Amino acid sequence: MEKKEHIISVLVHNKPDVLARIAGILGGKGYNIESLCVNTTMQYEVSKIVMTTLGNKETIMRIENQLRRLVDVIQVDNLTNVESIHRELILVRLNLTADKKEQIKNTVDTNKWKVIVSADDYLILEITGDNSQIDFALARLEPLGIVDITRTGIIALNLEN
Amino acid sequence: MKLKGTEILLKMLEEENVEIMFGYPGGAVLDIYDQIYKSNMKHILVRHEQGAVHAADGYARATGKVGVCLVTSGPGATNTVTGIATANMDSIPLVVFTGQVPTGLIGNDAFQECDITGITRPCSKHNFLVRNIEDLASTIKEAFHIARSGRPGPVLVDLPKNVMAASTEYDPAAVRIRNHEVSYKPSPKKIANFFEMLQKAKKPLIMTGGGVILGRASEQLTQFARQYRIPVTGTLMGLGSFPGRDPLWLGMLGMHGTYYANMAISHCDLLCAVGARFDDRVTGTIETFAPNAKIIQVDIDPSSINRNVTVDLPIVGDTKAVLSDMITYFDEHNYAYENEERNQWLGQIAEWKESVPLTYCQNGNVIKPQFVIETLYKLTKGEAIITTEVGQNQMWTAQFFHFDKPNTFVSSGGLGTMGYGLPAAIGVKCAFPDKHVVDIAGDGSIQMNIQELATAAQYKINVKIVLLNNGYLGMVRQWQELFYEKRYSFTDMTYAPDFVKLAEAFGIVGLRAEKPEEVEAVLKQGLSLDQPVLMDFRVSREECVYPMVHPGDSISNMSLGSRETVN
Repeated sequence: MEKKEHIISVLVHNKPDVLARIAGILGGKGYNIESLCVNTTMQYEVSKIVMTTLGNKETIMRIENQLRRLVDVIQVDNLTNVESIHRELILVRLNLTADKKEQIKNTVDTNKWKVIVSADDYLILEITGDNSQIDFALARLEPLGIVDITRTGIIALNLEN
Repeated sequence: MKLKGTEILLKMLEEENVEIMFGYPGGAVLDIYDQIYKSNMKHILVRHEQGAVHAADGYARATGKVGVCLVTSGPGATNTVTGIATANMDSIPLVVFTGQVPTGLIGNDAFQECDITGITRPCSKHNFLVRNIEDLASTIKEAFHIARSGRPGPVLVDLPKNVMAASTEYDPAAVRIRNHEVSYKPSPKKIANFFEMLQKAKKPLIMTGGGVILGRASEQLTQFARQYRIPVTGTLMGLGSFPGRDPLWLGMLGMHGTYYANMAISHCDLLCAVGARFDDRVTGTIETFAPNAKIIQVDIDPSSINRNVTVDLPIVGDTKAVLSDMITYFDEHNYAYENEERNQWLGQIAEWKESVPLTYCQNGNVIKPQFVIETLYKLTKGEAIITTEVGQNQMWTAQFFHFDKPNTFVSSGGLGTMGYGLPAAIGVKCAFPDKHVVDIAGDGSIQMNIQELATAAQYKINVKIVLLNNGYLGMVRQWQELFYEKRYSFTDMTYAPDFVKLAEAFGIVGLRAEKPEEVEAVLKQGLSLDQPVLMDFRVSREECVYPMVHPGDSISNMSLGSRETVN
């Protein structure tokens, strides 16, 4: 059966080893976590984990069931089959070398990317968007010489309620 | 009231009605042991920490209560891992307390430090490291709750030395835990679906598993099957959940299942699995397992459903609740079961039973291991709690001892832990001092935790060991015989202690039988003595367990072995 990317949102008790438990139960059963985002919710004692993993319907069901077995897991939602919005964020450093300086400034302006640090010899950009928007940005940025980059995992929010 | 950590631990054990614990002291738990010394807590000193966990596990399986043990940090803790994994695979409720170095030293590679919560994370239901004395009481309460609720399992609680020495306010009435409330009631719609499917079925079959025993649903299962004339087979863990002498009972299915159970699975048109998870030893090749059947699976744990076998009707729920609801529903909705089709199905099963019964060939000169178990069954009239080691001894027990009641067959099913039977028997006997508690053992397994004979001797825990001594790691040898052209690579255990002398050295009674005609007398004597007894039966060396489904084969395709008596 066809494998596809699934976004799973997990509410957990904010405990020191909860991430290890989640990573352990998935890794131990042979499922890979493709991307991961974790932070506390409005209640400090509850964290939200958003992760993506590849699998067919059966595999994803198994993953969800395994997660629900964990004592520290409060709720598991698959955001792939419901209407939801997805975002990623990248921070990119570009060196303003003499030969690329003009091209970089033009590309940044055209795409209305947000410059968060502007020094004499480098720029740092902050770009958010869904997966395809980020991939689009990276394709434009790569020829300009990316010196350093950090990309978050996907975060997602359920639009239905 | 301000109490020390060690005092709170003992108070909480009292709150949880813990009547016995199995353990082994050491540096990190000296303070706790000092507190035990001053208390009325019953504590059994084992000879190895693995023995402590298996003893607590045996106690839990026989009583249905939570088994408790206490060990020290580092090696004491790591020695519990096999026991914890054993309990985890079979969903046995345990609380394992481990000592830990003081919180300030954690992570420093201190003497006898190890990250036991990290080690046991994948093989326990849950675990805790108690970092603050304020959390101690609630953590202990939560540990017991988690161990026994839902699908039960082992919970480890790691207790740093300084936390146990600290003091805090303790008020048992104020100890609160997080809410773990989950509904285990099945949905009424599922019960209606179940009814419809069963009504359509011409050849229904029930497969009972460990979940029926853990869920205390044997009575409901028995009532349901008998009332509606549905034949029942069981997994290894399900033995005892349906009366072994009932005509509807087909015995165990799977790799060493009975011919008729495996034939029934292969021909039924509706298979209702209750509290069973379709282990590979049960199903054989998955593609040919129950090929004609619609499958209903009842289990408390959604992650067990649809895992190995795709089922037509999954029912998540407590086995007792589901079976009770079904009985009520069926009573209200005229279920037609007294019909010709059902008669034919039961007739077919009776034919299978008659054509290939469970048997073995007698041999005049040599003791057959099956004969020992049959004789034990006859002498005890089945009124015994049996533990086993792992391997041939375990399979023969499953085949030839007919368990009538739940919680009377105590065996490591999922993990298949050699060395389980003796310490488990000690745990069982502590709970049931007036019952026959017999460890049916092999000479390989028994040597893995033989040190626990000292525990039995010290506390006069009168377990009986029926040693089926063939001088081999019998089950591995059997595979070598059948699949490796008899290349017996490192399975010959002829070099072994003289078990009778060994028993005597430990201060218990050792008996031996070398001829079939001695078997009954030795068993009689062993059972009648008010002491721990090891009975060494020198059995036929190369006896195989049959029927046998070859690994990777369909369970309808069984080797039956030689069925004629050779003299």
